[in-house]
Amino acid sequence: MSDLLYSEVEEDLRASVRDLFADKAAAASVLARTESAEPYDLKLWRTLAAELGTAGLHVPEELGGQGASTRELAVVLEELGRAVVPVPFLGSAVLATSALLACDSDESGQLLRRLAAGEAIGALAVTLSTWPGAEFPTAARADADGVLSGRIGLVADASVADVLVVPALGPDGPGLYAVEGATVTEATSLDLTRRLADVTVDGAAGRLLAGPDRAAEALQHALLVGAGLLASEQLGVAQWCLDETVGYVKQRYQFGRPVGSFQALKHRLADLYLELVTARAAARNAADALADGRDVAIAVAVAQSACASVAVHAAEEAIQLHGGIGMTWEHPAHLYLKRAKSDELALGTPGRHRAALAKLVDLPA
Amino acid sequence: MNNTVTTAEDLRERVGDFLAGHDPASTGRLEFLRARFDAGLAWVHYPAGLGGLDAPRALQSVVDSAFAKAGAPDNNPRRIGIGLGMAAPTILRFGTEEQKKRYLRPLWTGEEVWCQLFSEPGAGSDLAALGTRAVRDGDDWVINGQKVWTSVAHIARFAILVTRTDPDVPKHQGMTYFVCDMTDPGVDVRPLRQLTGEAEFNEVFLSNVRLPDANRLGAVGEGWKVAQTTLMNERVAIGGNAMPREGGLLGMVAKTWREHPELRTPDLHERLLRLWVDAETARLAGSRLRQQLAVGAPGPEGSAMKLAFAKLQQALTGLEVELAGADGLRYDEWTLRRPEKVDMVGREPGYRYLRAKGNSIEGGTSEVLRNIIAERVLGLPSEPRVDKDVAWKDLPR
Ligand SMILES: Cc1cc2nc3c(=O)[nH]c(=O)nc-3n(C[C@H](O)[C@H](O)[C@H](O)COP(=O)(O)OP(=O)(O)OC[C@H]3O[C@@H](n4cnc5c(N)ncnc54)[C@H](O)[C@@H]3O)c2cc1C
Repeated sequence: MSDLLYSEVEEDLRASVRDLFADKAAAASVLARTESAEPYDLKLWRTLAAELGTAGLHVPEELGGQGASTRELAVVLEELGRAVVPVPFLGSAVLATSALLACDSDESGQLLRRLAAGEAIGALAVTLSTWPGAEFPTAARADADGVLSGRIGLVADASVADVLVVPALGPDGPGLYAVEGATVTEATSLDLTRRLADVTVDGAAGRLLAGPDRAAEALQHALLVGAGLLASEQLGVAQWCLDETVGYVKQRYQFGRPVGSFQALKHRLADLYLELVTARAAARNAADALADGRDVAIAVAVAQSACASVAVHAAEEAIQLHGGIGMTWEHPAHLYLKRAKSDELALGTPGRHRAALAKLVDLPA
Repeated sequence: MNNTVTTAEDLRERVGDFLAGHDPASTGRLEFLRARFDAGLAWVHYPAGLGGLDAPRALQSVVDSAFAKAGAPDNNPRRIGIGLGMAAPTILRFGTEEQKKRYLRPLWTGEEVWCQLFSEPGAGSDLAALGTRAVRDGDDWVINGQKVWTSVAHIARFAILVTRTDPDVPKHQGMTYFVCDMTDPGVDVRPLRQLTGEAEFNEVFLSNVRLPDANRLGAVGEGWKVAQTTLMNERVAIGGNAMPREGGLLGMVAKTWREHPELRTPDLHERLLRLWVDAETARLAGSRLRQQLAVGAPGPEGSAMKLAFAKLQQALTGLEVELAGADGLRYDEWTLRRPEKVDMVGREPGYRYLRAKGNSIEGGTSEVLRNIIAERVLGLPSEPRVDKDVAWKDLPR
């Protein structure tokens, strides 16, 4: 049976990440940053990635990482979801790093060291909506010399990445290439705190990380890890929305009572609480399954299918139960709604994950 | 000798020793169960001498699965659910030593079935409004009143009973809790037919029922406090079962799905997958709750599980009827029966659909559970109360 609780080490990690965010990423500053010239907080990223060592949490020690597991990574993601911190954690520490870990070549090892140390930021050059189990992407092509061409739309965290891990179809089949110096054009993203960019790799020189023998598998691994751990981010988003809303309805008075004393609202919040209880178990189960490689596909499909919808529901309820103030730009609730809705599309929609599940558990259409 | 058992290995060994002395194949069922109780292997978290070993509650599953593996007789916990799930923990907490010695063993073995005389026609969700009177008469109490929706009263030997002993104080203060002897001539149990056609529950009329004061659980006037213990345990008993993946009703629906491709539609497929996920996440949440209990840090998740269970059962049984196609229009049996337990597995989808409607009513309605989560877990303010400082006899009803 998987361990669905949090270990002491995980709680310590959570506490230090939460303290850091409380200190350096309060809602008002996150909001202000979304409209500034520097939408990512790279100073905070350096502290988080290098000083707290979270960039290489699940990278083995011999490659300069912490040798922890996806369970710890998941705890960081919960906190990132709670604070919608604008740092390239998902793109670099989760997606690019997981792809590199599965490449297992000299080239990937060297790159991993740089990412794990927080010296370089990586991004996995796939459209963020790509789901585990999707066909290997063909938007980029590679020639025999590793020169790439093509354009990949809506890549997460690419605008601050130093190096891209690019899946491209080479003359012999799928490959993963490391690319520095691609043309990256920021897109206008629904999620203000996780930016997407269009990547053009025409003429870029790619260093081969994995060839046809393992490129597809490595990409698949990264997408599975990404999807499974995204559930923890979604849990964090939902938790913030519930906590914040409960706090608000306790102190907002209308009709001579706190609005939180009206049963119509209490029951909605109780239902949301119930959703969170089940979402937490599902997210923990996915993080645990990814850590020991058992039952991964089902655990991830279940967690994504459940947690994506819970986060969206929690964010939508947060807006509604805050009334007019929830509709304003000043109140941070919209940042969570935008993150929740984007996360719902990211790495496979709930429907995609249920379709995957149908195959995995033999419930055909 | 230090008798405390704390490890799973210890317990497995004890079960092994016990089985060596009591071969399930050749020992009579009742004899076996009584001996198991006396060996402290009934409910391991109970005190020594009362069927337990003062061991952590989480270890019960170790014992249960070891006995199940050996093909040992089981005490039919579903049939005697109210006794096991509600009466026993209440007796353990509030009973005198004599009461514990008298009641717990036959309760656990199933020799004596218990029922719960709480609800009344005028007091359901608002249990503290109840009006069944208990009046002191020497060493006895004389009980008069009517209870309703009393599951398994027709086979029960004893009941847990809450009564009003003081109508002049606010409702929560004037209640007293008893063990009621169902064989008393003043107890009249009448079947109450349910929407399923069967009479699983009853009306119970109490006319001059005489209970000795020794049957009182807890102090006079403290019935509400005692009842709280019962109700808390009731919710855990209903929502907290361990299950394998795709266990329970979901397994039955999934099986039908696999065996009958001709019944599949895109709409049913989508709903089935959603429910599969809901069932799996609820199952995981249940495991998480038990893991928390095992390390001694019970979270507030428990109150959510009964709510989740009711929702899921109702959605699944609704789907199951539709999945049956034309056969969903049939019903298996309308003859009046008085079953000894709820049989969700042995009957047809139509029965399950109807019976599951009770899951959000029995043991506290889903609305009341939402109030509890909102107020006790989330800390939201309560509704304005109109009944708090008024004597019970002056309340509108
Ligand atoms: C199958 C079954 C078995 C049962 N077995 C037993 C048994 O063995 N022993 C026993 O004592 N009882 C038993 N009951 C009774 C059960 O506990 C009560 O039915 C239940 O507590 C609800 O009470 P009520 O039926 O009076 O409904 P009411 O309390 O009258 O409720 C009517 C409606 O109002 C809602 N409501 C009530 N109060 C509130 C509130 N504050 N806020 C919002 N909504 C509210 C309810 O949710 C419900 O929808 C059983 C019931 C069923 C269905």
